[in-house]
Amino acid sequence: MTDRVYLSMDAAARSVGADDIASALSRAGCELVTTGSRGMLWLEPMVEVERDGVRHGFGPLTPDDAAGLAAMDFPDTHAKALGPVEALPWMQAQSRLIFARCGLIDPLDPDMFEAEGGLNGLKTALALQPDAIIDTLTRSGLRGRGGAGFPAGIKLRTAAAQPGPVKYICANADEGDSGTFADRMLMEGDPGQLIAGIIIAGRAIGAETGYIYLRSEYPDAIRIVSKALDIWRAQGWLGENILGSGQRFDIHLRRGAGSYVCGEESAMLESLEGKRGQVRAKPPIPAISGLFGKPTIINNVLTLASMPWILEHGGDAYAARGHDHSTGTQAFQLAGNIAQGGLLELDFGISLKRLVEEFGGGTLSGRPLRAAQLGGPLGAYIRADRLDVAMDYESLAAHGAMLGHGGIVVFDDTVDMAAQAEFAMAFCAEESCGKCTPCRIGAVRGRETLAKIRQGEDVSANLDLVEDLCTLMSDASLCAMGGLTPMPVMSAIREFPEDFKPRAEASAADRVD
Amino acid sequence: MSHHGDGIAEICTHHRDEPSALIEILHDVQARFGHVSDEAAREIAARLNITRADIHGVRSFYHDFTTVPTEPVRIKLCRAEACQAVGSEQLATALEARGIETETVYCLGNCALGPAAMIQQRLIGRASVDSLERARAEALDD
Ligand SMILES: Cc1cc2nc3c(=O)[nH]c(=O)nc-3n(C[C@H](O)[C@H](O)[C@H](O)COP(=O)(O)O)c2cc1C
Ligand code: SF4
Ligand code: FES
Repeated sequence: MTDRVYLSMDAAARSVGADDIASALSRAGCELVTTGSRGMLWLEPMVEVERDGVRHGFGPLTPDDAAGLAAMDFPDTHAKALGPVEALPWMQAQSRLIFARCGLIDPLDPDMFEAEGGLNGLKTALALQPDAIIDTLTRSGLRGRGGAGFPAGIKLRTAAAQPGPVKYICANADEGDSGTFADRMLMEGDPGQLIAGIIIAGRAIGAETGYIYLRSEYPDAIRIVSKALDIWRAQGWLGENILGSGQRFDIHLRRGAGSYVCGEESAMLESLEGKRGQVRAKPPIPAISGLFGKPTIINNVLTLASMPWILEHGGDAYAARGHDHSTGTQAFQLAGNIAQGGLLELDFGISLKRLVEEFGGGTLSGRPLRAAQLGGPLGAYIRADRLDVAMDYESLAAHGAMLGHGGIVVFDDTVDMAAQAEFAMAFCAEESCGKCTPCRIGAVRGRETLAKIRQGEDVSANLDLVEDLCTLMSDASLCAMGGLTPMPVMSAIREFPEDFKPRAEASAADRVD
Repeated sequence: MSHHGDGIAEICTHHRDEPSALIEILHDVQARFGHVSDEAAREIAARLNITRADIHGVRSFYHDFTTVPTEPVRIKLCRAEACQAVGSEQLATALEARGIETETVYCLGNCALGPAAMIQQRLIGRASVDSLERARAEALDD
């Protein structure tokens, strides 16, 4: 007997037709609960049907599939039947701490959120003194998930130590890196987890105001987070006297406006102050002087969203996962030319090869995999034969790569790595905030020079020039935009030299093939 | 009274004439009037007690704001790496060949279901010339 039908309606699911599935199911008289996504994006649109407390999945569905399934009461023998969702290998392998409720609950149903333990971490924090919260977070070893991996506890301790009554928490929801969508998925699937994290961080440093800086490219997330904030206020979970604890905290939502560099924390602060998104010189660090000159914690969505779990289960339980200085879990996002794209929350340390081959199922095109870019547009390209690396901060650094925000973009053998190198420079030129010369001028020169190389013009001299430019950019740029653009560029040149050969040589090589 | 009627004043009041809310104000103006005209910039500057140069600086910095009215229905096409890996460049060329204009954006957060596009806040995954033409026609009907 069918109880309820759950349909994932986050932006990704909707982008491949979930709205039509919703209409088809409603017409068939199903009682629908809309949820976020489980992160198995190649199975979207996906519905789940609850039987005896177990949720059975069906996907990817067409509207006809959905109508047919509803008419037959969702038989497990249907061609699109996936069986119990939690038992799927993709789900089984994960440690879903942060994404535990994502895809499970209606993101705007406070009762479901509470029933699934959504308030536990916040309640624990409200009963603790700020110092104890910081101790727990420090012991967990939690590091920033926005890219730089800075220890969350140290930052909080610095801000907490600043005098004065006005401090801020800013959630960085700018998620500009290509290949990443974890922040979006969480905000659309379980916004309460982020809100709880912001309040916890606020209590830890003695702040009463938070901002969520959410990119304008995410209209669904904006709508859902905005409604969730209203619901939290109405529930007494946000505002004057949170859960009767006497704690006061409110959160404002601010939209980005289509600028990649505004994900950089100080540019984000400028933007939050209503200005051009130009990077600020450091020092001072934001934890001492940030938004409107006040002590400010800026953390990525996932960093903040990890805090409720850590408070509920303890810093040691979190630190027991992963290894070395990469504790806890990381949301890995498989993207690009990948057969089974999506999000997996796993303990640190899984190999990239396993992620891409076992979970990702290789390329979508079915052609040989040639390269993977890790950590967004400022991250390195890795060759197919070098994918055997553990996904944690230390191993990747030793491999000349970085984790960034956990995005993995897969390319097949049709990729032209010289074109990718040129794009990296072009992107930097386009998105540079313009404050420092190595980035502003270097990227433009880099783009022009790589275009010449692709034309076969003075290849070896121009490659030397690109290398010099890259050295200058990494040494002398004010922020990681200019400072790390050399990563994709130089990794492409070093790992895929065959794509940068002078024309004559390259075509000779082609003839040999 | 300006071309905008009371529109600008309303939007600024809604944001309490707060200079730090300038980006939000510009979003609202862009959404309501299709662009942020010089005249609108002048009115906002007066309301927020900041200079017109401040507003011009901000308006030109962010991709979301335009000084001239945009097409009623715009196709934003993602041209970032994950979408490149599944043919966004070829799609852009094919659209151009059909005379369909697109705006370039970098990442719409749909990188496992690319090529990604957005039409009037509606995200489109696994985009093709056909699916975009259909979505655009639907958006024009609305
Ligand atoms: C060009 C550039 C873009 C960035 N974009 C983002 C972003 O979209 N989201 C994010 O969380 N961090 C981004 N960062 C990193 C932030 O500057 C900052 O390190 C981070 O928000 C701190 O939070 P965390 O410690 O929780 O990672 C970016 C950095 C640079 C240089
Ligand atoms: S490196 Fe680029 S983005 Fe960063 S401050 Fe310099 S010009 Fe701005
Ligand atoms: S790279 Fe195109 S949606 Fe992310």
